[in-house]
Amino acid sequence: MTPGQRRWIFLAAMAGLAAFYVWGLAGLPGFGNYPGPYGDIINRIAVAQTKATGVVSAVNFEYRGFDTVGEEFILFVAATAMAVVLRHLRHEREEDSPGATEDWAVPPASDSVRLVALIFTGPVVVMGWFLASHAQTSPSGGFQGGVILATAFFLVYLSGEYLLFRRISPVDVTEAFEAVGAGGFAAIGVAAVVMGLPYLKNFLPLGTTPGAVSSSGTIALISFFVGVEVAAAFILIVGELVEQTLLVRQGDH
Amino acid sequence: MGSTGAVHATHVPHVVAVVTPYTIPVGIMDVLQVTLLVLVAAGATAVVLIREPVRQVIVLSGYGVLLAALFMAFQAPDVTLSELTVGAVALPMLLLLALAKVKRREK
Repeated sequence: MTPGQRRWIFLAAMAGLAAFYVWGLAGLPGFGNYPGPYGDIINRIAVAQTKATGVVSAVNFEYRGFDTVGEEFILFVAATAMAVVLRHLRHEREEDSPGATEDWAVPPASDSVRLVALIFTGPVVVMGWFLASHAQTSPSGGFQGGVILATAFFLVYLSGEYLLFRRISPVDVTEAFEAVGAGGFAAIGVAAVVMGLPYLKNFLPLGTTPGAVSSSGTIALISFFVGVEVAAAFILIVGELVEQTLLVRQGDH
Repeated sequence: MGSTGAVHATHVPHVVAVVTPYTIPVGIMDVLQVTLLVLVAAGATAVVLIREPVRQVIVLSGYGVLLAALFMAFQAPDVTLSELTVGAVALPMLLLLALAKVKRREK
């Protein structure tokens, strides 16, 4: 195929895409106009029904909890797959680059980086747990909290303490946490079924005060498990990548 | 997203206006939203145009922050948090690690 022909095919495809795009834009509701009924219904009933003032979390972990289980397991499967693929590679020898060890001796972290990492590690842990445990009260949730919690571990690594990073997050333990997090979410759903309720039905007492940390029944509990799962998954993924990237393999395994 | 607004909204479902001492005037909010939309468009273009991978990842991280600010201006704090953690931190970090791995192999 000549470049000229290719260009014509591209232009035809572009014209088609542009036409559909403009057509789609023309059919959108006006800026700020929300036509659907669901948001309005949720806004009206969610706080009274779930006792959660973090309505987004109520939607995520209650009204569409089943979808969230699916999303949770996407991350779980991704982290597991990554661990399996990279673990296989770890046993490979890099014979094609015998001098690689010296070339890639990682420079030690500078004092300023170490200091910043040291200062931030504690607050980041607190912030992560705060977000993961307050999904029911304010804009937050297990997912965001989990990622931030994992960041605390990366700060330890950033401060140049790879061995410490590995000691506080051994692969086995991290994997166990990930499994407990993902399994806990699913188990809450199954527990409802065991009680004769629909899957993921909120079976815990909701509390009386909307917005209290102890309110909202399973919403808070699910957020906690999601936080554990996400934090463990991220530590696992980044840990494997770091191990691949840096030369921590001593000798030939 | 407050419950007060939801109660009033039963009669007029599309207008939820709650005025608090912290409410930003509509005019300023409009300016903020338009400014952020333009910045996000510029940021996305910059990410595409920069060809050097490491630099591109750093700009991508900044773009994540811009996008998070945009979501905040459109009153979606939950999505803001997700975008900050994933778009500004997790994704650039994974890309940087992958780049480091690739570069090492090239040597």
